[in-house]
Amino acid sequence: MELIYEISREGRTGSSLPDFDVPEASAIPENLMREESADLPEVSEMDLVRHYTLLSQLNVGIDTNFYPLGSCTMKYNPKFHEQIAAMEGFSSIHPLLPQLRHGGSLTQGALEVIYETERMLSNIAGFAQCTMQPMAGAHGELTGVMMIAAYHEARNDHKRKIMLIPDAAHGTNPASAAVAGFTCREIPSDENGDVDLEALKAALGPDVAGLMLTAPSTLSLFDPNSSEICRLVHEIGGLVYCDGANFNSILGRVRPGDLGFDVMHFNLHKTFATPHGGGGPGSGPVGVGENLVPYLPVSRVSKRPDGTYTLEYDYPESIGYIAPFYGNFGIILRAYAYLLTIGKEGLLRISENAVLNANYIRIKLRPYYKEAFDRYCMHECLFSADIQAKNGVTALDLAKGLLDRGFHPPTIYFPLIVHESLMIEPTETESKEEIDKFINAMIELAELAKENPEEITKCPVTLPVKRLDETLAARTPVLKFEG
Amino acid sequence: MPYIANTDADRKAMLDAIGCRDMDDLWSKAEVHCPQPEFNYMPKGKSELEVLQHTQNLAEKNHSHLVNFVGAGYYDHHIPAVVPALITRGEFQTAYTPYQPEASQGTLQSIYEYQTAICRLTGMDVSNASLYDGGTALFEAMMLAVRMTRKRRAVISGCVSPIFRKMIHCYSSNLNVELVEVPEDEVSSNPKALLEAVNDKTACLIVQYPNFFSTIEDWTEVIEKIHSKKALAICSTYPTSLALLKTPGEMGFDIVTAEGQSLGIPLSFGGPYLGIMAVTKKCMRKMPGRICGETVDKDGKRGFVLTLQTREQHIRREDAMSNICSNESLCLLSAIIYMSAVGKEGLRHVAKLCAAKAIYAKEVITEIKGVKAVGNNPFFNEFVVELPCDSSEIVQKLIDKGYAAGFPLSSYYSERENQLLISVTEKRTKEEIKGLATALEAALWN
Repeated sequence: MELIYEISREGRTGSSLPDFDVPEASAIPENLMREESADLPEVSEMDLVRHYTLLSQLNVGIDTNFYPLGSCTMKYNPKFHEQIAAMEGFSSIHPLLPQLRHGGSLTQGALEVIYETERMLSNIAGFAQCTMQPMAGAHGELTGVMMIAAYHEARNDHKRKIMLIPDAAHGTNPASAAVAGFTCREIPSDENGDVDLEALKAALGPDVAGLMLTAPSTLSLFDPNSSEICRLVHEIGGLVYCDGANFNSILGRVRPGDLGFDVMHFNLHKTFATPHGGGGPGSGPVGVGENLVPYLPVSRVSKRPDGTYTLEYDYPESIGYIAPFYGNFGIILRAYAYLLTIGKEGLLRISENAVLNANYIRIKLRPYYKEAFDRYCMHECLFSADIQAKNGVTALDLAKGLLDRGFHPPTIYFPLIVHESLMIEPTETESKEEIDKFINAMIELAELAKENPEEITKCPVTLPVKRLDETLAARTPVLKFEG
Repeated sequence: MPYIANTDADRKAMLDAIGCRDMDDLWSKAEVHCPQPEFNYMPKGKSELEVLQHTQNLAEKNHSHLVNFVGAGYYDHHIPAVVPALITRGEFQTAYTPYQPEASQGTLQSIYEYQTAICRLTGMDVSNASLYDGGTALFEAMMLAVRMTRKRRAVISGCVSPIFRKMIHCYSSNLNVELVEVPEDEVSSNPKALLEAVNDKTACLIVQYPNFFSTIEDWTEVIEKIHSKKALAICSTYPTSLALLKTPGEMGFDIVTAEGQSLGIPLSFGGPYLGIMAVTKKCMRKMPGRICGETVDKDGKRGFVLTLQTREQHIRREDAMSNICSNESLCLLSAIIYMSAVGKEGLRHVAKLCAAKAIYAKEVITEIKGVKAVGNNPFFNEFVVELPCDSSEIVQKLIDKGYAAGFPLSSYYSERENQLLISVTEKRTKEEIKGLATALEAALWN
């Protein structure tokens, strides 16, 4: 497809703008003016609409296809959330309004949304309080580990510089810990996929600040030792971070705070049905136990005895400002609408159906693919394409084969500790019929891998482009249009 | 409940298939043995209609009708209707990170188009696919300079957004980077003091262009001098203003960041926004964030992929360039659609309208008895005035008259108790500006 720059023609315009109603003037000195206008596209409004409509049709999304991308919880995003986010009273309010004197009264509706979402999330995950400010999951991780650093610092416990991280963790965990000033030490998984308790015990010591644990794990297993792990880390004075990426699988069934976790991030774009947007914006609120409340970022929204809401900044032990204002409010608003819709009774229905769907796929595909662990899984099932790889069909090839069959592929090559991994997360919003179709496509591919593996390695053939040369892109980077 | 497709019959069939009696049996087989928790705070579920009615009531409690003269880095620009109409298409909105490029060409090509526009607007070589917001982008720029120079001292002008400076302080608290802030002079940076603060151990100088008070400053000579000390020059900018201004690239900046909210993204009470970052070619391989690149498919057809991924956390883990693994894809889509809708001459026109209306506003407001302009500087679309009394009190009075009159600077600069930062965009009409002046005069003297 042509680029917007390639359909651009000098003199065209896609919008009408008002004329000057004041004298045309500028206070910009001549030598600080740009000589030529920035070479932005010049297209008619219709050309513009057609271009981006056609571009959108080159995408696969939840609205068009089953999207079982493991670890990403690609559940359906309700449409009326968009209507709410677009309401003038929310979309057009300036974030500095509450900072005008007595300005809190100007944005009571918005502050209520933040406050109530915060309270509901705290309740759901068993924490004392949350901050709604982090703008993504990894941003939540960073906020959480910074609070762990501040906690130890406040106790003059300066030697705790090690963050323990299981080998199955998301790459963001060590990356976030590094930005918070920690050195990472890896903890191996045992043969069942759980944290190797002996290795953990051996690593625990006075230099350990804490442990970052994904619960349920990235292997989609509920570690039966979760509480014991928290206890062991606490015993040596460390804190335990819960990566809440997989929270959808225990929603309404387990509260991480009850298990002993000190701090956890939520991904509103996973568990709470806000759109992934092609990679963002997300939102990554962080819940904490009482011990970490003093370190939460500012500002914080509180409720006065008269039922009004206010922003507070006076928390001397706070880690400070991790966002310009109050977080990705537009995303928080969508999650708020979702929480009000599903209600108390919906929480468990969500996790039950997510876990049931995943186990159903697991049982159906077991005869064809090597199961990573012979156990009941949580919300996603994990296979290895080892059997198929012997015939030259890799996890990547299978992914491309699925694309040709109308399905977005599962996550591949993660977690790193499972060879040729395929991580399938159906979520609770898919129907049994759709899941059955997916299972049949996977079975068809397994059979094709035996009989005619080359056909799969040629996939995809039905999409706008065939397999793209990623090596070329990295070796000779072309990162903008030079027309 | 809504959003779950399985019927009771489906569930039974599936439970049978996996060898479980019921859900309790499945939880137990999945080794979840914790007692069932109670959720005291969660309300009972409501219908779509009830939630819409409730949220509409909340929306109406927010004073969105105020005539807005508050800016301070976040601006009330017009958003053409094509922007929301296109970005809410499900194919864009409900896709995820383009890990499968063949099924994500829509997202990828729009990123490539965005990167091109950002390079053209800023005069830089390479743009990434965006970061969270302007503040995180500026922090990431500082860390990029630290990686590039292997030095750990950053000099920051007091004319950089105080919001961004607070964020940089927060993020740096465990990173052993020395932050040196150089106070401003009225509404201008102090280039002499900044240069003195840059020594051989300095990784970068961080400024804002136009600065927080909207002052437009020429950084060309300063940049030459700091380059001779092997430090990098970073600026945070305001994209709309660059339609008129000499580009940061031309001035010699190594790294440019911006809050991209002004490019078709609603104010939405603080987010989601768009962190823009563009750099010179030599910084490319140490830049954080996703980057989209052009390539070809098996048949030689043009296509786009995420590239230079060895910089990123899913490969480098704790040695990654940043912990950021997402971009603000839908927000950058707003930005490229906005820039295409207003177009090459349209963005210039928007910027000219802002500048002209700001000059007009400054004139009528400084004609009021007792109101003085602070500084005699070239400016873009904001200016600072000194009132004869506490500016927050006056702003409060004007709210009752329907105006958000500006941002009282005392919130961030304690000694500027009487000063007000007034912002004007193309949305403000001559009548609204005159109305503000009349109301301000009445608030001061009646």
